[in-house]
Amino acid sequence: MEKHMINEGRIITVNGPVVRAAGMKFFGMREMVRVGEENLIGEIIRMEGDEAVIQVYEETEGLRIGEAVRGTGEPLSVSLGPGLLGHIFDGIGRPLNTLLLKEGSFLGRGLSVEQIDPDQEWLVTPKTAAGEVVAPGSLLAVVQETPLLEHRILVPPGFAGELTWIIGGEKAKSGTVIARIRDEYGREESLPLVHRWPVRTSRPSRQRLPLRTPLISGQRVIDGLFPIAKGGVAAIPGGFGTGKTVTQHQLARWSDAQLVIYIGCGERGNEMTEVLEEFPSLKDPRSGRPLMERTILIANTSNMPVAAREASIYTGITIAEYYRDMGYDVALMADSTSRWAEAIREISGRLEEIPAEEGFPAYLPTRLAEFYERAGRVETLGGGQGSITIIGAVSPPGGDFTEPVTRHTKRFIRCFWALDKRLANARHFPAINWLDSYSEYAGELEDWFNSEIDPRWKERRDQARSLLAEDDHIQQIIRLVGEDVLPDDQRLVALCALLVKNGFLQQSAFGPESYQSPKKGFAILDLILHFWEKARGMVKSGVPLSLIKKPPEVMEITRLRELPSDDGEAIAGLRNRLDTALDRVAAERTATGKRGNRS
Amino acid sequence: MINTEYVGIQEVNGPFILVEGVRDVSYGEMVDIRDTRGNLRRGRVILISEKACLIQVFSGTQDLVPATTRVRFLDRFLEFGVSPQILGRIFNGLGEPRDGCGTVYGGRTLNVNGQPINPMARQYPRDFIHTGISSLDTLTTLIRGQKLPIFSGNGLPHNRLAVQIATQSRLVGSDNFAVVFAGVGIKHDDAEFFQRHLIESGTIRNIVMFLNLADDPVIERIATPRFALTTAEYLAFELDMHVLIILTDMTNYCEALRELGVARGEVPSRKGYPAYMYSDLASLYERAGILTDRKGSLTQLPILTMPNDDITHPIPDLTGFITEGQIVLSRALDARGVYPPVEVLMSLSRLMKDSIGKGYTREDHPDLASQIFASYSRVQEIKALAGVVGEDELGKTDQAYLAFGRDFEKLFVNQGFDENREIELSLDLCWQLLGALPESELTRVSQSEIKEHIKGKKETGLQAGPDSSHTK
Ligand SMILES: Nc1ncnc2c1ncn2[C@@H]1O[C@H](COP(=O)(O)OP(=O)(O)OP(=O)(O)O)[C@@H](O)[C@H]1O
Ligand SMILES: [Mg+2]
Repeated sequence: MEKHMINEGRIITVNGPVVRAAGMKFFGMREMVRVGEENLIGEIIRMEGDEAVIQVYEETEGLRIGEAVRGTGEPLSVSLGPGLLGHIFDGIGRPLNTLLLKEGSFLGRGLSVEQIDPDQEWLVTPKTAAGEVVAPGSLLAVVQETPLLEHRILVPPGFAGELTWIIGGEKAKSGTVIARIRDEYGREESLPLVHRWPVRTSRPSRQRLPLRTPLISGQRVIDGLFPIAKGGVAAIPGGFGTGKTVTQHQLARWSDAQLVIYIGCGERGNEMTEVLEEFPSLKDPRSGRPLMERTILIANTSNMPVAAREASIYTGITIAEYYRDMGYDVALMADSTSRWAEAIREISGRLEEIPAEEGFPAYLPTRLAEFYERAGRVETLGGGQGSITIIGAVSPPGGDFTEPVTRHTKRFIRCFWALDKRLANARHFPAINWLDSYSEYAGELEDWFNSEIDPRWKERRDQARSLLAEDDHIQQIIRLVGEDVLPDDQRLVALCALLVKNGFLQQSAFGPESYQSPKKGFAILDLILHFWEKARGMVKSGVPLSLIKKPPEVMEITRLRELPSDDGEAIAGLRNRLDTALDRVAAERTATGKRGNRS
Repeated sequence: MINTEYVGIQEVNGPFILVEGVRDVSYGEMVDIRDTRGNLRRGRVILISEKACLIQVFSGTQDLVPATTRVRFLDRFLEFGVSPQILGRIFNGLGEPRDGCGTVYGGRTLNVNGQPINPMARQYPRDFIHTGISSLDTLTTLIRGQKLPIFSGNGLPHNRLAVQIATQSRLVGSDNFAVVFAGVGIKHDDAEFFQRHLIESGTIRNIVMFLNLADDPVIERIATPRFALTTAEYLAFELDMHVLIILTDMTNYCEALRELGVARGEVPSRKGYPAYMYSDLASLYERAGILTDRKGSLTQLPILTMPNDDITHPIPDLTGFITEGQIVLSRALDARGVYPPVEVLMSLSRLMKDSIGKGYTREDHPDLASQIFASYSRVQEIKALAGVVGEDELGKTDQAYLAFGRDFEKLFVNQGFDENREIELSLDLCWQLLGALPESELTRVSQSEIKEHIKGKKETGLQAGPDSSHTK
């Protein structure tokens, strides 16, 4: 206060990650502060007269009463610019590779590191010229951030006017000024290559656009039955070990987003390591480039400080918005949003707020809504189009979907991939329950699938779902009386549903079928339903099911999924052989004059 | 280094004491508390404010007289002195020697809370640990650096299984293999069982034990796993050892956590357990793994007894959400005399996928495991049906499944406490059992695998047959 106009308060209580300080009236709400002699990073979350409550993003052991709290003059923010792709950051945006270099294998405290390497040089190619009038979202220059992605430097929100100077085609570092703008009052502003943005504030866009194209996941059950739109929001709830992370990793690998942001929020360290080890060598199926070139990781694992876990979601979504503004389709995976909600609960508990249910604060639904609402397909400030798709894992205690986080999440999402413990135990993967899951996007995406995949896409999807629903009913009977006493038409339903389950719904994440194109998925489903139609006719005309299912071609359908993705011929070939075999069965029946009894 | 002593405390409440008027205390600092008779207790500062600080007393606050209790702040945190001399030693739950062999000198002092591992410093665990236990090696493979808990119930043989894993693990006998054992609130008998088998059997050269027994102070249990993990990290990451740590019983740990939370008047979450139990357990379980720049590894084998055998209870539930799989023991199998009673369908090793198959175990392993899971889960469906319609009403295939299921449990899952089966044998045994099912049922293995392993049968020496009796 006295000397350099730097605000300084002092600690008066310490309670886990929550610290209270006095002498704070010149600080701002949500301001980032440095706490104590170790310079721990914190954020002001409540102001009460002269006192402030601070959540500290690092372990608070060792703090003492009276130690200083210093302001930074800025809310919790991230740096946005080239140098994010392919990197891994902690919950508040510190690059883990720099931390590794500076302090070794274990994470220490109070370290100040630049989020974006200040020494790295980027070749900046201008896309406009001095004298132009620019506004937020106007394209200034481009940088080839990775071979997969052109980074577009736009005028950040809040700046407009006449461009008085722009960088030539030369190298620049994060701090280098690349353009100068004179605003309407004649003030000149310098724009550096990298700018800061407060993570809790969403970045503006012109308007929301309707959703029309799917985010292709390469997973048959998703693309075929429960598709998600680019710009949509999906939740994957499931008890432990049901496949949330594997599904999220699958989407991070294979979805046709241009950029993937993966937030490991309160989950395992090894799961992040797995991505780090694997993605640099995995090839993007569309471009053939390493997947890491389009991926950004945020890792705040379960043993890292809980307040930073709370922040990690915002750090991730802000970076997503930044790339969306360039006109890209971004997919964001958050694993797991429940851990985030629990971080909110833990801080709330330390603040002694009155809990609503199961200890969660009453504002939990608001926070969830705010997060999911940052997804969407938009017209950007620059007039282009970009999207953010959010896929959030939910970890309900005891696998019980009626708990608060799952229940409230369901209010804000439109695509629900319900993971089923029983399926997982039986090793039916992905364990997405086909009756409990839904996608409200299916209707909006119908046109796209009908024109890009097959004109009968919707029809086949409807048929498959009704087959599975009918089968569910029949399975209940089978559990009571066994299969043998059922009439053939019902046993046929069970057989076809089995083909759908084994040949279509199941998909191993670890073998040759890890990615499968929606075309191939459709072809398999189409063949199964074709078999169903044909066999149904035969059963009607009295051919026993035991004969119909005898040709080895029938069960061969379940092996199609293991073939290389583009092998359309194999499917057509099997279809022909299956038809021939079935026709032969029917012909033999007629020849023998239908004298046999029903089996 | 003059640590002022304060005489008199203001409040005693459950395991906590409140001391007013102290200066210069730091959050988390260790405290020596002397009661009227001069006996020493240890505590830790868990809340500080300008007026007072709250101290959690590890050995409880029984008999403390506020006016005469003396408190000294030690200006250090909960720490443990480590050196190579700790090998072979037995400590109590607070890291004090329990074996009468005196203090460990000459080492370094480490904060028992440890520090989170930077995910970039980790190396993804890929090395298979041969345990010689068929159900584990084949279906729930243990990986070096993994955290794989045993979910058990009271009265089930989890201790035997843990000992068998520790003594049969293929690294046993090598100088750089070590076992760290943390007994958290366990019975004297159990402690004795572990001591006898781990130490006295002489198979394991390097072992360190931490024992907080059932009648030891409850609050100490919060600290015990941390001492053990600090030791394990030291052995793994500074002395380059492959460390297996057994933490038992984590249920007692969680109970202590709940007791502490309730005493502080915190808003509880499910079943009265603190809302931060997930984070707290994670701060223990995540202390496992392999680092890129170190030679050693830290594998965790926590044991917990599920209250009422309920896997959805917060203790197993939160554990399962953090660990890399679980070994679930079944009361029904145990009742049928199957040892180890591993419920294979509920059990899972998440790290298995990258560590089995060609170049790791055997080429057919992944498909074979998948087939066993599929077939054995079909057995469960048919069993349920047989329970309704009667076994005799079942079709031929269904009967074959039931026979397969029985043989699988009796010949494969079941094995002796000191029986150490080669992985090859376990895999061959699986094929032999699958041979009893119609070939058309084997949809997860390839034609060529069937040809090689079933048709060109290998002799396993174990006899499966139609005469295998009902063990219901
Ligand atoms: N598509 C899949 N193909 C093959 N195996 C799968 C698939 N999905 C899940 N699994 C299996 O299930 C295991 C658990 O999956 P995963 O780790 O994704 O669970 P989770 O729901 O994220 O659990 P947690 O909540 O504890 O993190 C995996 O290790 C793998 O063995
Ligand atoms: Mg997971």
